[in-house]
Amino acid sequence: MLQNKSFVKRTRGGKITKVVREHYLRHDIYCGAPVCKVCDTSGARLSPTASTILIFDTNVVLHQIDLIENPAIEDVVVLSIVLEEVKNRNLSVYNRVRALCSNSLRKFFVFSNEHHKDTYVTDMSGESKNDRNDRAIRVAAQWYQSHLAGSAKVLLITNDKENKRRAIEEGISAETVESYVRSLSRPDLLDLLVQPASEDVKMEDVEDLRPSKRKVVYSEHKPMSEITSGLHCGIYHQGKLRVNRYNPFEAYVGSESIGDEIIIYGRTNMNRAFDGDIVAVELLPQDQWHEEKSIALADEEDEQEEDVHLVPGSADDAPRTTAPHGSAGVTESVPNRPSGRVVGIIKRNWHSYCGSLEPMAKPAGGGGIAHALFVSKDRRIPKIRIQTRQLENLLDKRITVAVDSWDPLSRYPSGHYVRTIGVIGDKDTETEVVLIENDINTRPFSSQVLACLPLLPWFVSSEDLANPIRQDLRQLRVFSVDPPGCKDIDDALHCTALPNGNYEVGVHIADVTNFVHSGTPLDDEASQRGTSVYLVERRIDMLPKPLTEDICSLRADVERLAFSVIWEMTAEAEIISARYTKSVIKSCAALSYIEAQARMDDSRLMDPLTTDLRNMNSLAKIMRARRIERGALTLASAEVKFEIDTETHDPLDIGMYQIREANQMVEEFMLAANVSVAEKILKHFPLCSLLRRHPTPTREMLEPLLRTAAAIGLNLDVSSSKALADSLDSAVGDDPYFNKLIRILATRCMTQAVYFCSGDLSPPEYLHYGLAALLYTHFTSPIRRYADVIVHRLLAASLGIYKLPTVFQDGPRLTSIADNLNYRHRNAQMASRASVELHTLIFFKKRPTDTEARIVRIRSNGFFVFVPKYGIEGPVYLTPRGEKGGGEWYVDEQQQKIRKMDGSISYSVLQTVFIHMEIVEPQPNRPKLQLSLV
Amino acid sequence: MEYVSPEGLRLDGRRPMEMRQIRGEIGVVDKADGSAVFEMGNTKVIAAVYGPREVPNRSQQMNDRALVRCEYTMANFSTGDRMRKPKGDRRSTEISLVIRQTMEACIMTHLMPRTQIDIFVQVLQADGGKSRCLIAAVGTRSACINAATLALSDAGIPMRDLVTSCSAGYLNSTPLLDLNYVEDSAGGADVTLGIMPKLDKVTLLQMDAKLPLDIFENVMQLAIEGCKAVATYIRQVLLENTKQLEYRRGTHGQSPAYSAFKVLFSAARRFIAVLMKFDGGYIMETVFDEGSRLKIKHIQSSIPNQRAVFRF
Repeated sequence: MLQNKSFVKRTRGGKITKVVREHYLRHDIYCGAPVCKVCDTSGARLSPTASTILIFDTNVVLHQIDLIENPAIEDVVVLSIVLEEVKNRNLSVYNRVRALCSNSLRKFFVFSNEHHKDTYVTDMSGESKNDRNDRAIRVAAQWYQSHLAGSAKVLLITNDKENKRRAIEEGISAETVESYVRSLSRPDLLDLLVQPASEDVKMEDVEDLRPSKRKVVYSEHKPMSEITSGLHCGIYHQGKLRVNRYNPFEAYVGSESIGDEIIIYGRTNMNRAFDGDIVAVELLPQDQWHEEKSIALADEEDEQEEDVHLVPGSADDAPRTTAPHGSAGVTESVPNRPSGRVVGIIKRNWHSYCGSLEPMAKPAGGGGIAHALFVSKDRRIPKIRIQTRQLENLLDKRITVAVDSWDPLSRYPSGHYVRTIGVIGDKDTETEVVLIENDINTRPFSSQVLACLPLLPWFVSSEDLANPIRQDLRQLRVFSVDPPGCKDIDDALHCTALPNGNYEVGVHIADVTNFVHSGTPLDDEASQRGTSVYLVERRIDMLPKPLTEDICSLRADVERLAFSVIWEMTAEAEIISARYTKSVIKSCAALSYIEAQARMDDSRLMDPLTTDLRNMNSLAKIMRARRIERGALTLASAEVKFEIDTETHDPLDIGMYQIREANQMVEEFMLAANVSVAEKILKHFPLCSLLRRHPTPTREMLEPLLRTAAAIGLNLDVSSSKALADSLDSAVGDDPYFNKLIRILATRCMTQAVYFCSGDLSPPEYLHYGLAALLYTHFTSPIRRYADVIVHRLLAASLGIYKLPTVFQDGPRLTSIADNLNYRHRNAQMASRASVELHTLIFFKKRPTDTEARIVRIRSNGFFVFVPKYGIEGPVYLTPRGEKGGGEWYVDEQQQKIRKMDGSISYSVLQTVFIHMEIVEPQPNRPKLQLSLV
Repeated sequence: MEYVSPEGLRLDGRRPMEMRQIRGEIGVVDKADGSAVFEMGNTKVIAAVYGPREVPNRSQQMNDRALVRCEYTMANFSTGDRMRKPKGDRRSTEISLVIRQTMEACIMTHLMPRTQIDIFVQVLQADGGKSRCLIAAVGTRSACINAATLALSDAGIPMRDLVTSCSAGYLNSTPLLDLNYVEDSAGGADVTLGIMPKLDKVTLLQMDAKLPLDIFENVMQLAIEGCKAVATYIRQVLLENTKQLEYRRGTHGQSPAYSAFKVLFSAARRFIAVLMKFDGGYIMETVFDEGSRLKIKHIQSSIPNQRAVFRF
C-alpha cells in the first residue's frame, strides 16, 4: 500500500521546501511473539512464556538506557518510531539499543510500526511531531494488546503524564518507569533510574541540598539557533573540546575557522563542557588572554594533584609544555594563543565513567536515598553528583556512573549509578577499570565470530601444499626468536648461505589472512579490536585463541602457513633481490631471546642453527649500523618487567627489561621486512596502502629536552634526526646511566607514530622520523595487530594472488579504519602502562623501599624524579602540600635548579637523589605511592 | 547511514528486492500517434510518439532506415522550485541520447526507410527535492524508457521486443532494486539497465561508480529481474488496452486474432514480437517464430478487413 509522506524542511541554504517521500505500508510485519497464532513466528524474539510485554516511549529509552540494559528488563518491543527518534537525538544510545536488539540472549524485538498497515498513523492537522509520535506509540501498543489478546499483557512505559493519561483513556495499561521498577521489587534497579528532570523539583532539590550553592554557577548555554547564526557569521567557533589529561582546568578546542587551537582556562569558561564534546566557543578579548590564565592557575592549585606514574612513552602522554612559573620566553608567546569560553554545546560526548564515591560520612538511617559525589578515575572528568540507596555498599567500590544533566545552578553535573565493578584496590577490579577506561573490549568472541574459525585440530592440508600460490619451504631451517613464554609466535626467520657467498634471508610471518577473510564477522571483530592488549598478568586477544596460539602461531616442529619475504643479501647486508610469497614452513626451533643469545655466545656450539644465528646477527649488526648512519634514533624507554607469583598473581620482583643482541637482531630483520613490504604495496597501490609514519617533531615539542640539556651544559643539535642521533650519541656523562636518561627525555618529546592511508597525504609526509625510513608499515605481527592483516591483504593483492577487498576502494572508510587503529593502539598502550602502574602500586604496598632517583623536572615546591630501577616517575615535595613553595625555596628557571633561600641546599636537574618510596593512604581506599627524600 | 534496517526494511518500507509502485497508461495524448504515462513511485513521465512520418529536413533522411529522434525535458513544475530551466542543457541532452539509443536498438528501423520517428519524453514529477539536481534527473531515466516503450507500442511501431528499464544499486552491502531519490543520492553504485526481456538482450547499461565484479553481477541480475517485472506489467497494460478496445468494438471473446495470439504467445520460445497498429485503432501484439511467415499470414488473414500498416 502506497502512502505518501510529505513534510516541509529547511534546506542548507535557508530555503523552505516541501519534501514528498514514498512510504509503503506492509502486511508482512510480524509481532515477534512466539505465542502468536496469526503471525509468522520464525523471526520471533520474545520469550514464549512472556506474561508482560513492555513498550517504552522515546524519552524512557533515551534516559533510562542503563536500566533497559539490565537483564531484569526482558520481553521488550522496540518500536521503529522510537528507534528513529532515539537515533536522531543520541546516536550512542541508539547503538546501545541496537546492540540489545541484535543480542540473541536478550528478548528485544523491533517492530516496524511505521510500515505496518494497522499501526501507521497519518499526521493530524495542528498536531506537533512529538504528539504524533506519542500517538503512534499508543496505537502500536493498542494493536499489540488486541493482537495478543489474552496471551500476554502489554504495558506501555512512559514518563510523560499526558501520554500516560491518554493511554489509560484509550484502554492501554501504562505506567511510569519508577512505578514499574518498584513493582519488580528489585531495590538495586532503582539506582539505575534517572531521576525525572522536572524543572521545579530540581530547583527544590538544589535548595535543599546545598543552600550555599543556590546561585548561578555557570552561564546559560546559548540557544541552538543563536549558535548556528553565530557560527555562520564567525562570532563563535566550533570544535571538539579536549581537556588536558594532566590539568583538568585547561582545555583546547581545535577550531577550523581559526586554524589554531583555542585554549579554555577554568571550569567557568568551559561552561559545563566535557572532554570530547563538540562545542561553540567565543573568543575572549585579546587583553584577557593572559590574565585569565593566572586566575585559572590560582584556582587550579588547590585541587591539582600530582600522582606517581610511569614515565610517559611519548609526547602525547606527557603533560603539555606549559610553563606554570611564567618564564620570560613563555610569557611572550602566551598572548598569541587565543583563549576563549564555551557558549554552547553542540553535541555531548557523555558516556559512563569509572571511579569511586568521594568518602563521606555514612548516613544515619540505612536504606534511604543518599546524595554522593562521584570522582572519576579519569581526571579530565569533573565530579558527578549521584543519588543512591545503597551508599554503604558503594563506598569502597569501583563503580561506573553515567551523566544525565548539568544544571547551570549546580557546580557539578548530576548522574546515576550504572554498575559496580568491584572493591577498590582489588587487583581484578582495578584491572577491569583500566580496561574500561581505555575502551578495551574484553567480551568473549561471539558465536558468529567463532563460526569463522577452521575446525580443530587443524593441519596443513594437501590442498594447501598443492596450491600453486603457496611455496613449499618446509625443507628450510626456519626458527623463531621471541620473549620467553610467548605463545602467539607470528614471525620466524631463516638464513642460508648461498654458494656464491651471499645469504638467503627469509622472514616468515604467520599467514593470518588465510583464515581471516575480509568481510567476515571475524574480520569485523578484529578490525574493531585493532590490536591485542598486553597487561602485566593478562592478554586480551584480537583474534580468538585457537588462531593466536595454535593455527597461526609458528610453533616449533609443526607445519604452518606463512607469508614470506625472502631476500638475497651480500655478506655486507646489501639487499640484491627481494621476493614475496605465501609458503608452508616447518620451524625447527622456537627460541627465547635468552636461548638465542646463549647459543650465539657459546663458542663451543657449531651446529647449523647456531651458525645461522651468528650469520644473521652479523648481518643485523651491519644493517643496524647503516640505519643509524642514516639517522635513525636509538631512543630509550624505561620498560619494566615484573616477576609474577604464579599462585597469587602478585608481583614478586620488578626490574628494567633487558635488551639483548638477539632482540636487536630480530628487530632489525622485522624492520627490513616492513620497509620492503611498504615499498612493494605502495608501488602497486599508491592511493590505498596502509603505512605508518612518524612526524618530525617541531622545535616547540623538543623545547623541554633542550631546556634540560642547556641547564646541564649539553648542546643538542635537533636540526635533523641524524644530527639529533649524533648529539645523543655524544652526550656521555660521568655515569653510565646518563646517556640513557637523556634518551628517555628525548623519547618523551616525540609524538607517536601513526597509521595512515597513503592517499590522504603526500609522499614527503610518509617519513618515519624515528627510523629514518622514507616508508614504513607494519607487516610482521598479524596475529596481534590488525594493521598487519590489512597489509597482508595489500601485499597478496600486489602479487596478484588474491583480489583486493572492496574496502580498499573506499577512501573515507580506509581513513576511518586507520584512525580506529591509532585509537586502539594508543588505548592498548595506555592500558599496558596503567596495568604496570597498578602492579607497581601492589608491589610497593608490602615493600617500602629506599632507592636512587634522578631529578627530571623542577617545580616551585619540589621536583619530579625518575626512578631508573622501577621505571617510574613522581613528584617529591620539598614543602608540605597546601603551602605555596614561594617562601623558602627559590627556583632558577635558567639553570633548572631549586635552591633554598639561605643557599644551603640546592637541587638541579638530572642530579641523583636518594628517595624513600612508600604506599600511603591519605584518604581511605585511595592508596598512592609517595616519594620523599631520605 | 543505514539504508536497510536490521529488520530488512528500506527507508520507505520496501524490502531490498522490491520495486516502487508502478503504473502505466496509454493513449493519453490523442493527437500523437502513440502516447503513454508511466509512474515509478513518485516519478511520473509522459511520452508521446509521432511517426513514422516524412522527414522534414531532407538532409537527415536515410534511405535504408528510419530516423529516430528523442527529446527529453523536465517540466518546470516537476521539482520543488520552479526555476526556468534552459532548454537543451547537458544533462537533458545526455538523457535524450540515452533514450534514443536504447529505443533505436529495438525499433525495426530498416522496415521504415526514409521516415522519421519522434519520441518526446517529459518528466511531469521528479522524485526528490531540488531542481537541476543530477540525481533527480538521472533517477528518471528508467521511467522515461518505460514510458517511451509504452508510447511506441501504442503508436504501433514495429519493434523487436519491448524495452524495459529498471535500476538497482548497492548500499549497506545489500543489492537494492529500484533506488528511490534518497538511496540514489547516497553515493553508492547505481546500475541503470535496459533490456529486451524476451530476447534477453541488453540495450542500456549505465553505472557511475565502481563495484567489484562478483557484486556487480548480483546487482545486475537484480536489475534484470526488475526489468522483467516491468515488462510483465507493460504487457499487461497493453493487453488490458486491447481488451478495452475489443469491448468498444463489441468483438470481445470472439476475436480469432486475440486467441491465436494467446496460443502463439505461450507456444513460442524464440520469437520476435511485433507491435502493430491497425487502422481500426487496434493495438495488438503479434508473436511469431523468427522467419515463420506461415503464422503471420494466418494471423493476418484471420482478421477480416484488416490491413496491416506494414507488410512483411
